[in-house]
Amino acid sequence: MQLPPALRTRLAGGPGAAKPLPVERDPAAGAAPFRFATRLVRFPREHEFFEDVLSQVAEAPERPRVPEFTCQVAGCCQVFDALEDYEHHYHTLHRNVCSFCKRAFPSGHLLDAHILEWHDSLFQILSERQDMYQCLVEGCTEKFKTSKARKDHLVKLHLYPADFRFDKPQKGRGPATAAETLGADREPSEGEAMEVCSEPTAPSPAPAGGRWTYSHRIPSTICFGQGASRGFKSTKKRNKHL
Amino acid sequence: MWSRRLGRLRPVACGAEELRRRRREREAALRKARREQQLVSKRLLRDDAPEEAGEGGVVAVLGEAEVQQFLRLAQRGTEEKERERALVSLRRGLQHPETQQTFIRLEGGMRILVGLLTSNQALLQLEAARCLHELSHSEQSVVAEACLPATSYLLTYLSSHSSDFIELCLYTLGNLIVESEAVRRQLLPQGIVPALAACIQSPHVAVLEALGYALSQLLQAKEAPEKIIPSILGSTLPQHMLQLLQPGPKLNPGVAVEFAWCLHYITCSQVNNALLITHGALSTLGLLLLDLAGAVQRTEYAGLELLACPVLRCLSNLLTEAAVETTGEQMQLRDERVIAALFILLQFFLQKQPSLLPEGLWLLNNLTANSPSFCTSLLSLHLIEPLLQLLPVSNVVSVMVLTVLCNVAEKGPAYCQQLWPGPLLPSLLNTLAFSDTEVVGQSLELLHLLFLYQPEAIHAFLQQSGLKALERHQEEAQLQNRVHALCWTALHR
Repeated sequence: MQLPPALRTRLAGGPGAAKPLPVERDPAAGAAPFRFATRLVRFPREHEFFEDVLSQVAEAPERPRVPEFTCQVAGCCQVFDALEDYEHHYHTLHRNVCSFCKRAFPSGHLLDAHILEWHDSLFQILSERQDMYQCLVEGCTEKFKTSKARKDHLVKLHLYPADFRFDKPQKGRGPATAAETLGADREPSEGEAMEVCSEPTAPSPAPAGGRWTYSHRIPSTICFGQGASRGFKSTKKRNKHL
Repeated sequence: MWSRRLGRLRPVACGAEELRRRRREREAALRKARREQQLVSKRLLRDDAPEEAGEGGVVAVLGEAEVQQFLRLAQRGTEEKERERALVSLRRGLQHPETQQTFIRLEGGMRILVGLLTSNQALLQLEAARCLHELSHSEQSVVAEACLPATSYLLTYLSSHSSDFIELCLYTLGNLIVESEAVRRQLLPQGIVPALAACIQSPHVAVLEALGYALSQLLQAKEAPEKIIPSILGSTLPQHMLQLLQPGPKLNPGVAVEFAWCLHYITCSQVNNALLITHGALSTLGLLLLDLAGAVQRTEYAGLELLACPVLRCLSNLLTEAAVETTGEQMQLRDERVIAALFILLQFFLQKQPSLLPEGLWLLNNLTANSPSFCTSLLSLHLIEPLLQLLPVSNVVSVMVLTVLCNVAEKGPAYCQQLWPGPLLPSLLNTLAFSDTEVVGQSLELLHLLFLYQPEAIHAFLQQSGLKALERHQEEAQLQNRVHALCWTALHR
């Protein structure tokens, strides 16, 4: 298919529409037996025009390995040999951590709710007068008088499991929570939701300058150097995975 | 993978219905194979090969006792490494459908897995998530449904900060969404749409690709037009999707492909395309089309069709919305460069991907149907002859080319004067020799317009044995009236 060379020039040029030639229709154009009429064509979802589905075969990226290194957070002695393991460890245990009680949460949203409900004395006072317990589902703005009412909402409306782990009530805090104690939990090794690892701490290796100190909220600009490319590639030697 | 619509590349010898039936069969088979391929290709193959090849590289099916043992070890083992190893063994076993069945039939098995998923030990969490991911690959909806207790957590983790974990959760969710309507029914009230709307703001390319995958599975569900797309349109997802499709240095092709397809599933469902137009969809997609033509010119072909196809489909469908006429100037598509870009793409398709010619011509029809300006562009940019060069490709393509030419011709004498003299008439005489009724019918319509607005062409037509070409079809029921009318005009004008 030969395209005129001026076409590329036009593409490189500025936006603009052609000045249209004058339109002048004769009624005989649409007279029987002829039936042509201009038509905007639309194809709905199930139309056979779309019968083919292109799918993308994505190459799964290789998992980069680096020499072993230790988590630098004070008191933590986990060792890693892959960046993403460390990243996940960090985000699970050290990122959304409540500075009052050291519990870790999967997201800033849940951490905020926890701090408000567990450590803010003003919250307790206010909640006697107005609905303060916010729904945990992001995007839902409902609030409730009690933690139990919120749980009912989570289960009935959002179809959450009744034992959703990030909504455990506090122990021995008022009558509403009496029924839901840790005794109902069938995995004793799990304990409270997201307890920070508290293995007996052998003296940890000297932290290298305390890079990862944290407050109870960590700015989201922390990035693990992955940026657009997938982690360390050829800059370090790879350990054979034993 | 690209051998779609092969039937359209050959002129029709036997009945159109028979061909359609055969094409449907072949494409249903191709679709199934491709879908399987898609699932496999989306699998996160993160294992190192040496780790896998324990005893000669074959992963064994696990029996009930073994599954129980691994679960027990993972849950209550004393050493973390031991627990992790147990989960890894379980995960490998779960690659087998048999093990998957064993696992889901085990009482309390999913509960333990969910417990590990939400534990405070990151590596256990990751391995538990990988086990779920393996389960999500099952083609049996009963296995997908067994994962229902985990979905609220998978969604919760979408707002965590571990991008690899988020990616894994997204692919798992995407796989589960494909397999089970029960899962989809649960995910919507659990807040999947706001979760995705928050997640799409991630700067990580891998997360965005995974999100695109999950979203596209959600949008392809059969109940999507009524139950899913309205919520999606009501969220901030459309704006973010369009942002990710803006051409420029930040455009990531892999991400753009996923969201272009998502946009296609939304637009062809025709729920509220006017809303998309107010978000600037037409101008974004138009600029993207220009960008694609630029890529063709730089011979950066890799994967281009994957992006071009949904862009063409979206643009074509969006142009049919009445809202197009009423929105402001900048929302519309009036730029002549779109025509230039489209032809560069058509040329590329002809060489590398002929099955996309119908998509390109569909857009050309919708651009030119009611636009004197775009019809003028076709003439002033000398694109009629290149268009004619597409006629021999297939019957479907022929009909579309002839339709576009009719769009130009029906606008009157000023347009037809530029169609003849020229290569149009000889091409028409060729198409009259086709046996496909639709092709011939469209040729007759074009001839009629040409005779009406440019009567000087009639003489040339007669001289080139036009009558004989017409008479070949005078017995054909669908064509005879028009054939006779044209013969009469030719002889009496």
